[in-house]
Amino acid sequence: MSRVVGWKEGTMETGLIALVMVLAIIPSFHLSAQDIERGKAVYEKWCTGCHGDTGAGDGDAAAYMLPRPRDFRRAVYQIRTTASGELPTDDDIRHVVDQGMPGTAMTGWKSRLTSGDRDAVIAYIKSFSRFFDGAPPQSVDFPSAPRISDDGIAEGARIYGELECFKCHGDRGRGDGTSAPTMSDDWDFPIRPTDLTRPWTFNGGAEVEDIYRAIRTGLDGTPMPSFSDVIDAEIITDEQLWRVAQYVHSLAPGRPRVREVIRAGRTARVPDDPTDSAWVEAEAFYVPLVGQIIVSPRWFTPAVDGIWVRALHDGERLALHIAWSDPSASPDPLWQEWIELLATTVTDADGALEPVQGPDRFTIQFPARLSDGMARPYFLGGDRRRPAYTWRWRSSPDQLEVGTSTGLGQFVAGAGAASDVAHQAVFADGQWQLQVTRTLIPRDTSAAPTFAEGVAIPIAFRAADGSSGETHVRGSVSAWYAIYLDAPISATVFVMPVVATLVTAGFGLLVVWRAQRREGTRRFLPEATCDIFSSSRCSDSWHAAAAKLAHRPATRMLVPLSSRSAAPRSPA
Amino acid sequence: MTFDGTPPANPAIDMTEEPECVAKYADGPVDPVVVVNDGMLANVFIRVTAGLPAGPYPIPSQPATIDQNGCLYTPRVLGVMVGQPFEITNSDPLLHNIKAVPSESRGFNISQPRAMTTTRTFKTPEVMVPLECNVHGWMNAYVGVTDHPYFATSAEDGSFAITGLPAGTYTIEAWHETLGKRMMEAEVVEGGTVSVTFVYGSTT
Repeated sequence: MSRVVGWKEGTMETGLIALVMVLAIIPSFHLSAQDIERGKAVYEKWCTGCHGDTGAGDGDAAAYMLPRPRDFRRAVYQIRTTASGELPTDDDIRHVVDQGMPGTAMTGWKSRLTSGDRDAVIAYIKSFSRFFDGAPPQSVDFPSAPRISDDGIAEGARIYGELECFKCHGDRGRGDGTSAPTMSDDWDFPIRPTDLTRPWTFNGGAEVEDIYRAIRTGLDGTPMPSFSDVIDAEIITDEQLWRVAQYVHSLAPGRPRVREVIRAGRTARVPDDPTDSAWVEAEAFYVPLVGQIIVSPRWFTPAVDGIWVRALHDGERLALHIAWSDPSASPDPLWQEWIELLATTVTDADGALEPVQGPDRFTIQFPARLSDGMARPYFLGGDRRRPAYTWRWRSSPDQLEVGTSTGLGQFVAGAGAASDVAHQAVFADGQWQLQVTRTLIPRDTSAAPTFAEGVAIPIAFRAADGSSGETHVRGSVSAWYAIYLDAPISATVFVMPVVATLVTAGFGLLVVWRAQRREGTRRFLPEATCDIFSSSRCSDSWHAAAAKLAHRPATRMLVPLSSRSAAPRSPA
Repeated sequence: MTFDGTPPANPAIDMTEEPECVAKYADGPVDPVVVVNDGMLANVFIRVTAGLPAGPYPIPSQPATIDQNGCLYTPRVLGVMVGQPFEITNSDPLLHNIKAVPSESRGFNISQPRAMTTTRTFKTPEVMVPLECNVHGWMNAYVGVTDHPYFATSAEDGSFAITGLPAGTYTIEAWHETLGKRMMEAEVVEGGTVSVTFVYGSTT
């Protein structure tokens, strides 16, 4: 049975009935001047900064964004339940206004604006295009999803190959297909195929239904086409399209939870290379990166906005494994077109981006002196007062430098013996995997910090994509995190609880023994309790209980202790 | 449709990612931006822009067709009437997407992962609507959407014919994707044939 997949906030069936009723009552629905005024006021307060006064997507902040804010004048909308090329329904626009667009600067407004304000602003947004003057658009009927199963996901993977999704999205879904370097949107701005392993960046949402909708109706304005015609032509069935959506959904490692401490598990021997299967077993920590927007030239559109960090140590050496998506091992002649388009798009507030590709870069930094306690160096490469002990890797030529940094690009090689630090980088299927290994105790402990077990060692990261013109300064940066090397579990961990238990029990027995030996103590507790709360408030039952206790061994007299506060509340 | 002088060289296309397409070109694939044969210019879209009696004109039920073959569009330039079926075929055994990016009407972006045919229509006149394939960034075509049937595209030998025009004086416009537009007046008499020559060239 076919049904319409609605947005989660309200069922589409209800929406359709309401729509039909409205259409029946008011054949041509026009907004009142009041609605437009309200929408305009909301728009001018909250939206113009990015979307511009005239809805052209050219607000003050627009030039710093990639993807750019929507140009409402052409009424081309990515996220729709309607066919390719059709206008979005009001519910479609509302979904984006409410939830925002992950992976872009568009935030959700549901908690910030009232429902009435959101309705008014949607009406106002539509007034930027004459295309909305016609008949309201109709959603496509989406059949129900089949149940997710391992076989279904395998089928989805097969169809993914058959439909050649990899041409853009790559064999492993990391957005590194052969056509990736040549892509632009309808406004001639550069655009990357979505990295399907990072669902938190999916513009239309990351649920299976969201993915299905994107494949089914396409993402208008982008290179992503609609696959409805492929079903109509009976090349695949609708169920198979759902399988592709389920397969894509399965590519995600789950929404990453950002933790401040990266744990370096203890292992018998750290792996020698980043593709070692031991790394798959190791716990992965997600570290978000943001554009470096403090030191000139600032960079608002970073290519690498997150990395996965794994760490292991064996008591002798610490090994870090860093993985991040990157569609190219830079420099790559195939990506020249990309950087040229990027250079004409990004803002040149701090000097034009030269369309020249450099290597990919990755930097790991620690405080040069770990004895400074928790006072960490300035996060952008440290400063003169607190330098950063730094490992700088570049892809071409493949090289890792060890040195001391006193700021971005302020790097002096040679903090201890460079041979202390080994590295290996592997690029495959749109991903860099970099392993860096160092002995816990450097050869020259005065020149480089010692990595001790059982303490939190500050660590921070920076990344740069050479094919996007990124450098040591123009790139992405992380905040300070900490790495904690698991210490071996000492015997005291097992012995101490037993000792503590025995001591406590012994002390308890001593107290009891002393109490029993004392004359007259048997009646002490009940009497004292009633004195405290005055005899009038001592219930009969309390007196009875006290009297009974008076003739029992002292050990039992301990019981009312815990009832002392409850007793006076009994009815008098 | 003539071209005086030496036509600009057409750029070679790096199609190595699609060996099945490369195999269709003995001398290697070239992007046919300016096609000149013996001084005659192909792929010019010609249409009447003024002098026509008021419409509407009957819409042909015969579709206008475009094919994707060897990772290029054939024809590269064509005309279609508003409402006329526009048939898009993929003759390649591989994925193309066909994206129409008009500014006067709604576009579309559809996938054709293997040999198949899809039909679309345009609702508003627009000269020209760009067509592109995002899987193969070099693929471009142009569709002239008109509200009358008096249009043509110059053939490989530069010839074109607009037939069935009633007697009258008309403005005729020629459009080429890189060489631009030309305009001419033409007077048509009942039952007669008028020859019009547009001149493009490396010096004009």
